[in-house]
Amino acid sequence: MIRVENLSKDYGRFRALNGISFDVRDGEILGFLGPNGAGKSTTLKIMTTYLAPTEGNVHVDDLNVLDHAMDVKNRIGYLPELNPLYLEMNVFDFLRFVAGARGFEGKNFRNRLSEVIELCGLKGVMHKDIRELSKGYKQRVGLAQAIFHDPDILILDEPTTGLDPNQIVEIRQLIKNLGKAKTVIISSHILQEIQATAHRMIIINKGSIVANGTIDELMADFKGRTRIQLELKNAAEESIRRITSISDVLSLEELSARNGSTSVALEFPNSVDLRQPIFEYAVSEKWTLLEMSRHKASLEDVFRNLTVEGVQHAV
Amino acid sequence: MLSNTLKIYRREMSAYFNSPVAYITMVVFLLISAWFFISTFFLVNESDLRNLFSVVPIIYIFFIPAITMGLIARERSENTMEFLTTLPISDTEIVVGKWLAALSLVAATLAFTLVHFITLLFIGTNLDIGALLSGYLGLLFAAAVYTAAGTFGSSLTDNQITAFILSFLIIFLFFIVDKFLFFVPGFLTAALQYISMDYHLGNMSRGVIDSRNIIYFVSAAAFFLLLSTRILEMRKWR
Repeated sequence: MIRVENLSKDYGRFRALNGISFDVRDGEILGFLGPNGAGKSTTLKIMTTYLAPTEGNVHVDDLNVLDHAMDVKNRIGYLPELNPLYLEMNVFDFLRFVAGARGFEGKNFRNRLSEVIELCGLKGVMHKDIRELSKGYKQRVGLAQAIFHDPDILILDEPTTGLDPNQIVEIRQLIKNLGKAKTVIISSHILQEIQATAHRMIIINKGSIVANGTIDELMADFKGRTRIQLELKNAAEESIRRITSISDVLSLEELSARNGSTSVALEFPNSVDLRQPIFEYAVSEKWTLLEMSRHKASLEDVFRNLTVEGVQHAV
Repeated sequence: MLSNTLKIYRREMSAYFNSPVAYITMVVFLLISAWFFISTFFLVNESDLRNLFSVVPIIYIFFIPAITMGLIARERSENTMEFLTTLPISDTEIVVGKWLAALSLVAATLAFTLVHFITLLFIGTNLDIGALLSGYLGLLFAAAVYTAAGTFGSSLTDNQITAFILSFLIIFLFFIVDKFLFFVPGFLTAALQYISMDYHLGNMSRGVIDSRNIIYFVSAAAFFLLLSTRILEMRKWR
């Protein structure tokens, strides 16, 4: 089990992580979701002992990552962002180096190597230089080095970035297979990625956790909402802001403004229908209502809502 | 501890010999040193390698930064540092393994200059074998200090050219420091002279192996290796 407590990280004066806490349970696949620069990689780098936290703690199986770095490294398999590899080495030499560092020698090494070749589908490329491999194969090599010592915990930072759709499907399948017997943390800025592989997701934005739960739980939170999109003319900004004074409006998001017309999105609980009050409000403010359309919330909206700027008008 | 260092060492050696850089620098080193040695060898008409022993430390100033510049800077620029430091290998093992690889490459190059030594065995007279051997030992010790300084230079940046220049400056300082003792107040001269590489190499090439010289080489190399390790550890706290 991994326990993250009140974790903060400053890069100089920039606060990349702002006191986040969460647990990762044994055997689950946890998706770590957030826009670029949200602090995902920083969190993973602290978990894998590459960086030290400014404040707070990470415990892996009750071992503090600062005090027991070696033990933690032995328990974790890590695929860093951008999948760095020694390009001038061939796959066999590279895996032999990793295996050596992980304490695999002689017969042990050969046995495990054939398992890993099988698992990661590396047959036929073992004697190629890594630089000559396609991106998909490089990713397999990256996964192979991460799982070679059969760690209980697998941490994968953006494992499908830059792959073509077929390769993405292959790598996802591979991760799912590997995840059957392991705790997996997989980070991504792409929602579908997490949706396809993870049991539970944590959404992080600007160094803070904004949502934490199973996909169904997160959906349930937002499924209870109706989203209405309005296109307005002759509407002053402050009069638009005041629309939140209608009771039961949960949030207001300004989508765009051009040629004097403004698009906004409103959310309210499914239990009420605010279309009429909104219309009446528009009439009382002398707005010209060009369009009103109703949407059902999707997981995309959940993600957008939690991570996009300008949604901060939530009441 | 030792086995991890050896793994880093082996990887680094294979990286050297998988690229043309090692071969090119070795050939250039051997050509330059041979030219300076042989061109005056028959004119001077003396059976020693003093010429070689005085030119090699100067070639080191360029040669060693070229060998060490990639050691750590390259891991940074290619992002492999993150992969490497999350393997169960300590920062000290990484630094020492890489340093040993660079030192071995210099030692291997130096071994080729034994051709001149062998030539001398055949045609020389009144050879002082002891002085020749201790001279070589001195060159090896100097290489140990300079490769450690180069490792340090490489640890400071993620750019190999910057690493080259930094290492060059540090090594050049070791070389130049006793050349301007004349301008330095008297109470400083002894200290500066002790820092200077030539001072210690001079003793060794005359066949004098003094514990003061050995302590100098070992502690200077250890100093730079320790600094490099600290720099590597600093990534955690940036």
